[in-house]
Amino acid sequence: MYRNLTIRQKQIVWAWAFLAIPILFYGVIRFYPTGNAILISFQEWNLLGDRTWTGLDNYQKLFADPVFWKVFKNTFVYLLLGTPISLVISFVIAYHLDKTRFMHGFLRMLYFLPFMTSAVAMAWVWRWFYQPVPVGLFNNALASIGIPQFPFLQSTTWALPSVLAPAIWAGLGFQVIIFMAGLRAIPRSYYEAARIDGVSSWTVLWEITLPLLKPTIVFIVVFSSIGFLRIFDHVFNMTTNNPGGPLNSTKPLVLMIYETAFSAFDMGYAAAQTVVLFLVLLVVSLIQLRLLRDS
Amino acid sequence: MTATEIRPTTDALLKTQAPKKPMNSGQFLRWLLLFLGGIAMVMPIAYMISTSLKWPHEVYNLKLIPDEPHLENYTYVLEDGRFYWWFVNSMIIAIITTVCNVIFDSLVGYTLCKFRFPGRYIVFIAILSTLMIPTEMLVIPWYLMSQQFGWLDTYWGIMFPGLMTAFGTFLMKQFFETVPDDFIEAARIDGLNELQIWWTVAMPLVKPALAALAIFVFLGNWTAFIWPLIVTNSVEMYTLPVGLSSFGDEADVAWELIMTGAAISTIPTLIVFLIFQRYIIQGVVMAGLKG
Repeated sequence: MYRNLTIRQKQIVWAWAFLAIPILFYGVIRFYPTGNAILISFQEWNLLGDRTWTGLDNYQKLFADPVFWKVFKNTFVYLLLGTPISLVISFVIAYHLDKTRFMHGFLRMLYFLPFMTSAVAMAWVWRWFYQPVPVGLFNNALASIGIPQFPFLQSTTWALPSVLAPAIWAGLGFQVIIFMAGLRAIPRSYYEAARIDGVSSWTVLWEITLPLLKPTIVFIVVFSSIGFLRIFDHVFNMTTNNPGGPLNSTKPLVLMIYETAFSAFDMGYAAAQTVVLFLVLLVVSLIQLRLLRDS
Repeated sequence: MTATEIRPTTDALLKTQAPKKPMNSGQFLRWLLLFLGGIAMVMPIAYMISTSLKWPHEVYNLKLIPDEPHLENYTYVLEDGRFYWWFVNSMIIAIITTVCNVIFDSLVGYTLCKFRFPGRYIVFIAILSTLMIPTEMLVIPWYLMSQQFGWLDTYWGIMFPGLMTAFGTFLMKQFFETVPDDFIEAARIDGLNELQIWWTVAMPLVKPALAALAIFVFLGNWTAFIWPLIVTNSVEMYTLPVGLSSFGDEADVAWELIMTGAAISTIPTLIVFLIFQRYIIQGVVMAGLKG
């Protein structure tokens, strides 16, 4: 049978043979669950009883829930603080590191090392740093120079930035490397021409470097935004005694989903929250791509 | 123009780009600030390791170098048994998942890149579109599936969602573009079958990409938290991140022991980085430019 096929037909057979298991995988482990999540979001289900259709009830309940709006706001605060701060810091580091030759590889390694750590492990390390006197490193350091202690994780104002800091810290190295690759890709001739014309390095930065880095910036903005909108590991581990606390001031959407699904076992309600998360990610990415590509 | 004629000019170019002369004061200041910034970046890691080597009485002082460094915390934590199990679990899961991704992502990437068949574009778009779906949306259906089939609290249950990734498939597809079609044609004429061509001809040509993919997948699974947290119930099945999280949350656990646990879950990836630094940096660049 197989022998009588033309070369082209044989190729088709091989291609589908190679793809058989992966297609099964993507169907069962990716597409089916996606549809199922949307389906469950229209149902009422506590895991033990029956699944009953409730239409848009879960969504109505969600939009009427003050905790959801608090969480929704927190999620965007993570995004709106995290993305610009990490973008600016990583660009400044990459810009200067790119111009430094002495011990270049060693410096790059120092900046990249945090990216290789586990978020859970580092959340616990930073949690220790943030403890009050006499335990926490930061407050001990402040005390040793005579500054009163700072309520990092205890304060409803400062807990969110405190949780965000290690998330920004861990991602910087990745962004620095991407920026440096982008900087290297800019043809030298542009800089030479600017130098011959006697343009200041500040003008070169704004008129040549940044416009030509646009694709890199778009990638980093979209990529890091998705990360900050899905923040979970850091928050969960730094606030295990009161997840998302104090007073829900650090709780992001993913933590709310986790608690609704796996502490309250309200599967339908949690599924509706995941659909909202999906739409938020989709809309934010599309807006960013549109804005950054056009301007 | 011959090669010998070009050579002096390129050498001259290189020299102007990388001068050997000493730094001026502005350059030195830039270097110094970058150096101090870099030291600040690794401080949390340094304090974690240093604290894991300290005795209880010196844990809360600011000294980075312990007075009498010792490994008692490690012996204590490992003799307890739990961290040992969690380490083994994480290692098994990360290795199996990595092998699986390296094989399947590259097989699918290769097929989509080098074969012409009806449905190719649809399969490609379908796989790519799964990149848009956040894991958090899938954990509830995965949990229900695991409950139904008895996968809760098993290695398979922890591993199954990550056995293949669209990101890896896409990355490998991009890299197989660099393999010349002539090589594959030549192998076909030599009588190799398609599986042999993929494995013995194409795969060795994309080794750097495979290394980068392997490291990313390993790191991702080693540090994965939310799904292992959901799917495991018993302490013996926890992975390192889940175990560390529950260990830290126990009442009255000393901070030096938590730091030891954190160090145990961080040091392996730091060692991987120090060995494969070049591949990892290249991998990040490739992922950034092509992903």
